[in-house]
Amino acid sequence: MRGATHARWAVCATAAALAATACGGGGGGGSGGGGDGSGILSSSWGDPQNPLEPANTNEVQGGKVLDMLFRGLKRYDAESGEAEDMLAEKIETSDSQNFTVTVKDGWTFSNGEAVTAKSFVDAWNYGASLKNNQKNAYFFAYIDGYDKVHPEDGGKQTADTLSGLKVTGDRTFTVRLNQKFSTFPDTLGYAAFAPLPKAFFDDHAAWLKKPVGNGPYTVDSYAKGSVMKLRTWEGYPGEDEAQNGGVDLKVYTDNNTAYTDLMAGNLDLVDDVPASQLKNAKADLGDRYINTPAGIIQTLAFPHYDENWDKAGMEKVRTGLSRAIDREQITETIFQKTRTPATDWTSPVLGEDGGYKEGLCGDACEYDAAEAKKLIEEGGGLPGGQIKISYNADTGSHKEWVDAVCNSINNALDDDRACAGNPVGTFADFRNQITQSKMSGPFRAGWQMDYPLIQNFLQPLYYTNASSNDGKWTSEEFDDLVDKANAETDQAKAVGLFQQAEEVLRDDMGAIPLWYQNGSAGYSDRISDVALNPFSLPVYNEIKVS
Amino acid sequence: MGRYVIRRLLQMIPVFIGATLLIFLMVNVMGDPIAGLCGDRQCDPATATQLRREFGLDKPVWQQYATYMGNVFTGDFGTAFNGQEVTELMSGAFPVTVRLTVVAVLFEVVIGITLGVVTGLRRGRPVDTGVLLVTLVVISVPTFVTGLLLQLLLGVKWAWISPSVSSEAPFGELIVPGLVLASVSLAYVTRLTRTSIAENRRADYVRTAVAKGLPRRRVVTRHLLRNSLIPVITFIGTDIGALMGGAIVTERIFNIHGVGFQLYQGILRQNTQTVVGFVTVLVLVFLVANLLVDLLYAVLDPRIRYA
Amino acid sequence: MPEHPTPPEEPRPLPAMPPGPHLPGDGPASEDGAIAATGMGGAMDLATEQGDSLRKGPAGPGAPGGAGGPGGPGGPDGTGPQEKPRSLWSDAWRDLRRNPVFIISGLVILFLVVISLWPSLIASGNPLKCDLAKSQEGSQPGHPFGYNGQGCDVYTRTVYGARVSVTVGVCATLGVAVLGSVLGGLAGFFGGAWDAILSRITDIFFAIPVVLGGLVLLSVVTSSTVWPVIGFMVLLGWPQLSRIARGSVISTRQNDYVQAARALGASNSRMMLRHITPNAVAPVIVVATIALGTYISLEATLSFLGVGLRPPTVSWGIDISSASQYIRTAPHALLWPAGALAVTVLAFIMLGDAVRDALDPKLR
Repeated sequence: MRGATHARWAVCATAAALAATACGGGGGGGSGGGGDGSGILSSSWGDPQNPLEPANTNEVQGGKVLDMLFRGLKRYDAESGEAEDMLAEKIETSDSQNFTVTVKDGWTFSNGEAVTAKSFVDAWNYGASLKNNQKNAYFFAYIDGYDKVHPEDGGKQTADTLSGLKVTGDRTFTVRLNQKFSTFPDTLGYAAFAPLPKAFFDDHAAWLKKPVGNGPYTVDSYAKGSVMKLRTWEGYPGEDEAQNGGVDLKVYTDNNTAYTDLMAGNLDLVDDVPASQLKNAKADLGDRYINTPAGIIQTLAFPHYDENWDKAGMEKVRTGLSRAIDREQITETIFQKTRTPATDWTSPVLGEDGGYKEGLCGDACEYDAAEAKKLIEEGGGLPGGQIKISYNADTGSHKEWVDAVCNSINNALDDDRACAGNPVGTFADFRNQITQSKMSGPFRAGWQMDYPLIQNFLQPLYYTNASSNDGKWTSEEFDDLVDKANAETDQAKAVGLFQQAEEVLRDDMGAIPLWYQNGSAGYSDRISDVALNPFSLPVYNEIKVS
Repeated sequence: MGRYVIRRLLQMIPVFIGATLLIFLMVNVMGDPIAGLCGDRQCDPATATQLRREFGLDKPVWQQYATYMGNVFTGDFGTAFNGQEVTELMSGAFPVTVRLTVVAVLFEVVIGITLGVVTGLRRGRPVDTGVLLVTLVVISVPTFVTGLLLQLLLGVKWAWISPSVSSEAPFGELIVPGLVLASVSLAYVTRLTRTSIAENRRADYVRTAVAKGLPRRRVVTRHLLRNSLIPVITFIGTDIGALMGGAIVTERIFNIHGVGFQLYQGILRQNTQTVVGFVTVLVLVFLVANLLVDLLYAVLDPRIRYA
Repeated sequence: MPEHPTPPEEPRPLPAMPPGPHLPGDGPASEDGAIAATGMGGAMDLATEQGDSLRKGPAGPGAPGGAGGPGGPGGPDGTGPQEKPRSLWSDAWRDLRRNPVFIISGLVILFLVVISLWPSLIASGNPLKCDLAKSQEGSQPGHPFGYNGQGCDVYTRTVYGARVSVTVGVCATLGVAVLGSVLGGLAGFFGGAWDAILSRITDIFFAIPVVLGGLVLLSVVTSSTVWPVIGFMVLLGWPQLSRIARGSVISTRQNDYVQAARALGASNSRMMLRHITPNAVAPVIVVATIALGTYISLEATLSFLGVGLRPPTVSWGIDISSASQYIRTAPHALLWPAGALAVTVLAFIMLGDAVRDALDPKLR
């Protein structure tokens, strides 16, 4: 009884509070501003896991700051995801292997230093060099000389700079790759490719305390673990200057708390609505709740190194499992439509031209209990009569959907012990079990794109021995098609080849595509023009504060 | 007394070494933390090796421990994986947590003992039954739910408090989190006090005191309560450590960047430096709290004496 | 061990409790144990009064003395001649059998044990059969408690969850109580070096954070039974009870009847069993009965960390923790398993109270 009444008032409470605080406001910055672009908004944030260096940031929270502080050669359009020139005046190539980059004139860092070709080359060399421990160093692996500055076998580093990078003028430099890679320029929008000022190298510790970049915002103050205050840089030379006075990124211990603070009017923007509140979000926020596709796909990977999963006929079992999962129902009920059932192995944010092909998976991704049961029986049944889906229990609340997937499989197979979740305590332990090939059943795999190219959804994940090929799936046919596609200079033809490769993957059901993940955000009525880009980051510079 | 205290202080040394070694080993047993640093993909082996070397993880465990302890004695607690110094993390987390713990312990002492005395003196009356029912609710409804509902009610609906605690975390903002944190312990303190009071109110000295014509208040506070407090302060003594290090749920709900939260993060990321550093300080707190409790025994019951 | 004079303020004549002065506010104890017919509280009241009336009734005709210490043959108290020597423990059992609080709580516990063994007696469904389409739906014919977030029947799961939760709660509590009170009692009784060693070991155990301990100790276990979880709870739970028991023994040890027994040459084991245990056990019982509830919840915390009971285990703790997420939209899914937990804890608290009253000589 107690619970019931509480829940009822909790819902009313929310509505009332929103109405009340609408005028009261009290929001984050508090400095008002009234639509002239000087208002400051507050936004939820999490502590970055790594030091805030561009080539060392591989998660969303750090990425959020870098996206505000830096502008690279390219920038992905917030809506279409297409790579557009930012600092690049032109990037020219005749053979898909040697590129000449010209940097636009007039760009400076917020400390006044000019952004030159050297700013890029130094930054890239820093990012690639083994001794700097940059976790995104592998982004530079296509550049000639990478094996010298970053020996893969852990041997001694024999060079400090990439031999493939040469500064040829104040604003021009050349890049020589170690293989043909026609879409290389399109990868340059990733944060790891950002330019760095001299201050970064001269006084590294001071720079980390208060990073300086060339983006529309500057760091006003940074109290680690609690708040970072970013302010609009008045002298920003770009066209996408901030429409607000600044952003206060407040660190929250839990996204649920951030959501409650949003309802109480203490916070303007939550870019990660907690799963448990999704059902209330519409009622709580009305049209101030956005839910847009992001370049993230969730899959179930299989341990192809395990002979139980590798023997003949198992592709039928895997396809059967795929057909036993009622994606519609799960995305609707558990995720409240913040996921879309997957019908291929890429993401809708790529667009038709970029390689997304709805329904490429065909029947194999459609729920059909009878067919699923038949396929699994034909394939020789589940190994050991039972499967356990592994996931890490510490982050991301995966338990909910794994349980739902298992219930769906159990119902389809009419056996309440056919599938069970197998939580692993920590993410590190989970990753260790994967990298050491210790998994014995399907496990959760998620992929957030680095750049919106179909290549990024396929090659790192399914190419033989690729860095994120966690299931160690391998197919010569697939590898050949990917190689051909990479060498192809015509984009449409390249995409076609990638899709053929995807069909190979489908026929063997190397990994079960589950759903495409959306970015979801809620905001207060102090702010408007809120959008999420395909990386599920808010487009801060567009936000207007009233 | 003085010698006893000195002896106890000396005993802290082996406990300190034992506890740090145990925690150090436990974090190590969890395996390689580097794999968790690269997101949903495999770390490239060269960087992983380099990171391992940097954090000293490539050395044998005993050597890591020796190095670590050596550094601790010079005041260097190492750095967390995000490049922040552990001493910096501690100086941010401990003051907040100490304030939160003080609030929680005050609730336990004031509300818990008051309710315990009232219910102990009125066993079986409606007030006793009422308190018992509240106790049951507190035990069976998770802190997460009570915390969340209080946050929604007080923070959003009535706007009496701010739903989240600011980074300065003054006492005023910690009252509701402190209450939520103390809730389960309150149940213990209330029931312990109630039982002791009910037991002791029939003791001879209470009857004597009443017979002497002492005012009731004096009988209750001076004679009855004083003799009933030993189990209660023992419990509170053991609880202080749990409140400081284990307030994970409360700290998450109310956005308190305290010890529980940092410790939890450190454990999940398998960051030896953070975990051992925080636990080291917590062990000292335990030891001092337990020593104080033992000394309080002698204050509450003069027959107990330490040589 | 230092001997201390009693504080001068308290002359201790060691008499039995005379019918004499009650504290203000203390209701007059009626001979026949008048029953306040108001629910739980009344029952408790009854327990107290029953204790009084029993002494005056059949228990001790013509033997009003013997209450200052824990009765029993050979005790330091000069009991009058008795027809039949009776130990404290058999006295306690006599009291308990007549105590309605004990009977009611015993019946509740018996019921829990029965449904733990044969859940299908009162629930015909399958707790693992879940239909996501019915997620979070409320009460319906045939499904009185509604559905949880995964679309499983809450009633069936609550009934089936009893087995694991009651096993974990009871076994962990027993383990902690036995281990903790034995070690703590010994430390408190002997003092000195023993106390120092045992107490410092408890301090080291205190230092282990539950999350870390769980991730380390339980992640290596592959067994899917409840025993590793129970073992873990005992391992991390005993220090607290040990300190409670130690404190209680230290304060009991100072009582005159213990000193008297010692002076009379009673052996250590006799003093501990006959004189100290019955008087020092109350705080242990109180803490243990509440801890029972927290252990049932802790099991869910461990499962949440991914190291507790392996899915698809059904338990109240797991259901409570997963329903907590949906407290705003489907509170009923939380209400029933939490209610079951509350009833269980209530039964054990009542049982503990009754046992404690029966063991307390001062109430006799």
